[in-house]
Amino acid sequence: MLELRAITKRFGDVLANDHLDIRVEAGTIHAIVGENGAGKSTAMRIAYGFYTADSGEILVDGEPRRIETPHDAIRLGIGMVHQHFMLVDTMTVAENIVLGAEPGSAAAIDLREAAREIRALSDEFRLSVEPGALVHDLSVGQQQRVELLKALYRRARLLILDEPTAVLTPQEVEEFFAILRRMREQGKTVIIITHKLSEVLAISDDVTVMRDGRVVGRVRTAATNAAELARMMVGRDVLLRVEKPEARPGETVLSVKRLSVTVDAGERGLRDVSFDVRAGEIVGVAGVEGNGQTELIEALAGLVPAARVSGEVTFGGRDVTRAGARDRLEMGIAHIPEDRHRRGLLLDFDLSENSILGLHYRPPAVSAGPLLDLRGIRARAQQLIADFDVRPANPDLPARALSGGNQQKLIIGREFGLRPKLLLVSQPTRGVDIGAIEFIHRKLVQLRDEGCAILLVSAELEEVTSLADRLLVIYHGRIVGEVDPKRATQEEIGLLMTGGER
Amino acid sequence: MTEIFNLGLLFSAIRLATPLLLAALGGMFSERSGVINIALEGLMLAGAFTAAAVTYYAGSPWVGLVAAVAAGAAVAGIHAVACIRYKADQVVSGTAINILLTGVPALLSGAFFLSSGSTPQIPKENLIPLTPVVIAFALVPLTYYALYYTPFGLRLRAVGENPEAADAAGVSVRLLRYTGVMLSGALAGIGGAYLSIGQSSLFTRNMSAGRGFIALAALIFGKWRPVQTMLACLLFGFTEAVAIQLQGVPIGGQEIPNQFIQIIPYVLTIVVLAGFIGTSRAPRALGIPYQKEK
Amino acid sequence: MKLLRELLFPVIAVLVAFVVGGVIVWVIGDDPFEVYGLLLGSALTWPDGIGYTLFYATPLIFTGLAVAVAFRCGLLNIGAEGQLYVAAFACAWVAIKFGGSVFTPAAGAPISYGWASLPAVLLIPLAMLAAVIVGAAWGAIPGWLKARFGAHEVITTIMLNFIAVALISYFTQYYYKAPGDPIMQSVPVGAAAHLPRLGDFVPGLPSRIPVNVAFLLAILACALVYVFLWRTKWGYEIRATGANPSAAEYGGINVRKQIVLAMAVSGGLAGMVGINEVLGYRHLYYHEFSASYGFTGIAVALLGRNHPVGVFIAAILFGILLRGGIFVDAFSEHVTKDLVEVLQALVILFVAVGVNYRWMSNKFSLLRRSKV
Repeated sequence: MLELRAITKRFGDVLANDHLDIRVEAGTIHAIVGENGAGKSTAMRIAYGFYTADSGEILVDGEPRRIETPHDAIRLGIGMVHQHFMLVDTMTVAENIVLGAEPGSAAAIDLREAAREIRALSDEFRLSVEPGALVHDLSVGQQQRVELLKALYRRARLLILDEPTAVLTPQEVEEFFAILRRMREQGKTVIIITHKLSEVLAISDDVTVMRDGRVVGRVRTAATNAAELARMMVGRDVLLRVEKPEARPGETVLSVKRLSVTVDAGERGLRDVSFDVRAGEIVGVAGVEGNGQTELIEALAGLVPAARVSGEVTFGGRDVTRAGARDRLEMGIAHIPEDRHRRGLLLDFDLSENSILGLHYRPPAVSAGPLLDLRGIRARAQQLIADFDVRPANPDLPARALSGGNQQKLIIGREFGLRPKLLLVSQPTRGVDIGAIEFIHRKLVQLRDEGCAILLVSAELEEVTSLADRLLVIYHGRIVGEVDPKRATQEEIGLLMTGGER
Repeated sequence: MTEIFNLGLLFSAIRLATPLLLAALGGMFSERSGVINIALEGLMLAGAFTAAAVTYYAGSPWVGLVAAVAAGAAVAGIHAVACIRYKADQVVSGTAINILLTGVPALLSGAFFLSSGSTPQIPKENLIPLTPVVIAFALVPLTYYALYYTPFGLRLRAVGENPEAADAAGVSVRLLRYTGVMLSGALAGIGGAYLSIGQSSLFTRNMSAGRGFIALAALIFGKWRPVQTMLACLLFGFTEAVAIQLQGVPIGGQEIPNQFIQIIPYVLTIVVLAGFIGTSRAPRALGIPYQKEK
Repeated sequence: MKLLRELLFPVIAVLVAFVVGGVIVWVIGDDPFEVYGLLLGSALTWPDGIGYTLFYATPLIFTGLAVAVAFRCGLLNIGAEGQLYVAAFACAWVAIKFGGSVFTPAAGAPISYGWASLPAVLLIPLAMLAAVIVGAAWGAIPGWLKARFGAHEVITTIMLNFIAVALISYFTQYYYKAPGDPIMQSVPVGAAAHLPRLGDFVPGLPSRIPVNVAFLLAILACALVYVFLWRTKWGYEIRATGANPSAAEYGGINVRKQIVLAMAVSGGLAGMVGINEVLGYRHLYYHEFSASYGFTGIAVALLGRNHPVGVFIAAILFGILLRGGIFVDAFSEHVTKDLVEVLQALVILFVAVGVNYRWMSNKFSLLRRSKV
């Protein structure tokens, strides 16, 4: 049905796809698996005309085709459901579905005809979608079904689904898979991008495994198992476990009681969360992304407006529930944010200037009155760069010029320089190369052993279980359990993460 | 007191609202597609000058009107290319267009009519005092229909709200934005033509006198919706009519300074933007160039 | 090398603008080379050309700096025009009220419009301060509207420009016009408020040329803005907010405060135009005196890459155009001084098209964070 031949795509210096060959047979469910950043989405976005490949060719039904815009892809019967839904949420379901392929004439959309056809499709695949509803009012699962309908309405024969289960609960995943099987029965072809092996095994007929922008293997699902796929994905047998001495926790540094964060309608926020973090221990928070981790960390860092926060947060015996970000910094709460480009760095500022963000208003950054001590700042930045092995070691470069790992090391160096009593750290190794990951893990353990309390959030289960001394599991904005990371199995934690009972 | 508020005032309000309405409806097409259009002022000037100059030479206001539409669309095309093709900041580009159009008509009239910024008088029989008014108010239901009941309108709104979604659905973001911006120029051009060959009988330097900005204010005040925008234009037209009537007329022994009536549209717009009267939500992608990673 | 790259783009934008402008001149029927010769030649003679060029450049330095400071905070201040009007009026008001009596030819004898007669050493700083503070206050309004309600500064500043002009026109017309004066202007300010002209102490520069101490003030303002933005913690906070408000928040910076502060500083700088106009040149408030200085300031800031040194150079360039435009008007056959506006607009357009300012395309920018 679809074949990619020698597809290559570069973004700046990054080779996202390197001579990819992917073949998908008609009437099958084909999984494409790989770690984050392996190039799966890029490849599929090329197939859908969202990006154009630098070289290589695309064959549809055996014919070479030019796919330069999504419009071209749609005409060839290809539909795509993106990881971030492509819906206009101020419009109705029907309007979203017919957009770009409106029934009726140029002078008038035949909305009644549209609604009829949508209902028919919805019934055929048992999607139960109401055409007149506003997208804004729908749950995430319903929105996903609208996306499916969009593709089906355009007579798509091939559906590309990018991480479709990331936002779904386990029950919803089951329902969703049932829909996919019905589609296969109707003769549709499905490509599902995922990094969850259990799902690959449950739903697919064939698997293509990607790593570092290349295809590293293709197998029939029936002839493989999770261990083999994992080995292909990661390229080595097991991840290194972090070597760390037993924690010796001291007094309670952070105490959170019934903390709730309200967010806009449709999002989950945080509900009635309570826990403590003691000096000299790492408390990990495991969970599927988007279950309140961001709200938790941002609320503790003072980045959520006080009006949206309720409950009580005490730090070093003081009530800090309503304290602002600067007050908390001054009290010794450091924060390594989940999205370093959004929060952690001023990309167009040089490394010197980035090294004082948050410290810029007080000595030693400020020497006299309001004046910055530029020479001192630069000298200390140079020291930081040396201590944390930031490369290239030039304090005058803009932060933008650094790789993800080096940017992260700069942030970590800056926050460690605060000599924090509490460190909030979120996704510390996302988009970071292997060498830097080990460095960062070592530094975190070292800080713990110096008596700092650390709250660690990570979407990588391996990371939290190996680093944390105690592990909290978060689901739908609630802490649903605490486990001992040394004893609990992945399955046990995974079950909690998806809302199952222990 | 009562003799001030009469039928004449109402007609005068409608006449004064007409150029605002034309420009505001034009602005709606541009902004609904996601392109800020503070160039309405300049687009009106382009229309006003072209209408007067072409009517003078051609001897027919209809030719003048068509030329004004073309001129408005062409100048809007510059804005569109800058904003869409080159992803220039839309406000900066709009400001440049406004400055350009204070200069160009003056420069051309200086060269062709040897005057400092105005065209010669156009005979009365070559004026069209009524047609643009009819066009303006007829455009309200048309715009409403086009926006909410045609594929074009659906796509335009989608592009202004979530261009990525529209793109993924196979809709050309570029094409729709070009269309939206050019339409804004065409309509603002008619608005400008009404100023020079409708309300008066020649083009004078900067004759739009901020009406493009009031039109923008009306668009915001009307929450980017056709009927509400028309009502806002009528309100602003009415305040202007009252201001003219009240000039030099004492009320209760006290003359009301004209300036206080003039600023009503501007103050109202700020009040609306600050959310004191209801909430006004702009198209979500307004002002943001559509950037696809290549 | 880096400097060269910084310079290259603005220079190209200016050249392209001149080429396009030249084509327009040619279409109109004049010789572009002759017109440009006139434009530049008349602006670069000593002392008249250069003196007037610096005089015309003075307000543009102030408005250019004003727009640049706001830009650095991720804000677009289109309101410099309104800010400089209220400031100029405030400046004149102080200089009238505390300036003692003045002699007017119409009255034939000295008349006092004020309350007190302060000496120059007090009156001049006081009037300057009034200009800066009132300009800053008028600039802070849209800042506050954005910080508090999320109202887009571009729209509110446009609206406030009209409101400023109307209010000042009201005060001038009803309270501060000399009785019977047909011109919309205030009564004159006290003689103690007059700023010395550079011709008073620069050898070879006649005193009839109005370039005055305000020009030196403008140079000082460039230096101060540089120190403020790049050498103080306040400037750091403003620039951080402009570069990435989310990261600024994370760094404990109160973003809303920065928005108001940057707009106030911007308004204060725009207000300094009033010092040149009222104390240095006309010695009264002349209604609608500004030749779009506020809008030209946008061009100056963009062309000067939002850096004080660049702003200074760009302002001089536009000063040349303003000075030369008068000669073009008088001596060329068809082309009028409106050519200057056309060139300005083209420069803005080409700079906007060609310079992909990172903060403009930055997805975290403040520009993306408000209702329009």
